[in-house]
Amino acid sequence: MAEDLRTRIRLPPSVKRGELVEIRVLVQHAMESGQRRDASGAIVPRKILNRLAIRYGGQDVLAARLEPAMAANPLFTFFLRAEATGMIELTWTDDDGSIQRSEHKLTVAG
Amino acid sequence: MRTRPCRDYPGPSLSRRAALAGIAVALSTRVADATPETARRLLQGFTSTTPRQGRVSLRIPEIAEDGTQVPVTIVVESPMSGADHVRALHVLADGNPNPGVVSFAFTPLAGRCEVQFRMRLAQSQRVSALAEMSDGSFWITTRDVTVTIGGCKG
Repeated sequence: MAEDLRTRIRLPPSVKRGELVEIRVLVQHAMESGQRRDASGAIVPRKILNRLAIRYGGQDVLAARLEPAMAANPLFTFFLRAEATGMIELTWTDDDGSIQRSEHKLTVAG
Repeated sequence: MRTRPCRDYPGPSLSRRAALAGIAVALSTRVADATPETARRLLQGFTSTTPRQGRVSLRIPEIAEDGTQVPVTIVVESPMSGADHVRALHVLADGNPNPGVVSFAFTPLAGRCEVQFRMRLAQSQRVSALAEMSDGSFWITTRDVTVTIGGCKG
């Protein structure tokens, strides 16, 4: 069952056209590696976010394939070049098949 | 000869349970399935020519006290233009249970090829960042990291 991912994004309130914008994304997820054992000694099955796709203004900026070596509560910082006011769309894919999208507005002045 | 006496299949005896427990302990302490060899094979799968040293800056602590949350910053020198940009960036660790860490695909819209994230390191090992450029060239940088407390069981 897909739980609601809590995604936080840090964006500047407003940027200039052509500016390079640093974007920080934090999502709460255990990123269960499939290596850990519970108290009874049984392996806790792998359950990670295995893919992150980032689009801006409907175009691909970055896609990432994540392995169990990614730490819990993934925190990503990346860049994009501001072109026009538009939506930044984040799409996470979980091992359980669930997909979660969130949209965040980037305001470009001038 | 398709049936065999039941006594050939004893239930778990004390000694068998002890043996199973021993195997479980052995498995739980075996952290390093990836080896420099498996990491090298994975690297070969990502590349079509031999990667050159340089152009990739890999910032990672030399000593990581907590292997569950090791901060990594990677910057690849590139104008990120349509004609000249980073196509892909792969991160490998040769002492984790699996050598793959993360693979990024970029487009010129990124404007700057820099990413930060946090990774797990099961033990002291070698971390590599491999960049594939739009001209088909490959560039690699490698760092040795000493890990105080391993990060795969937590």
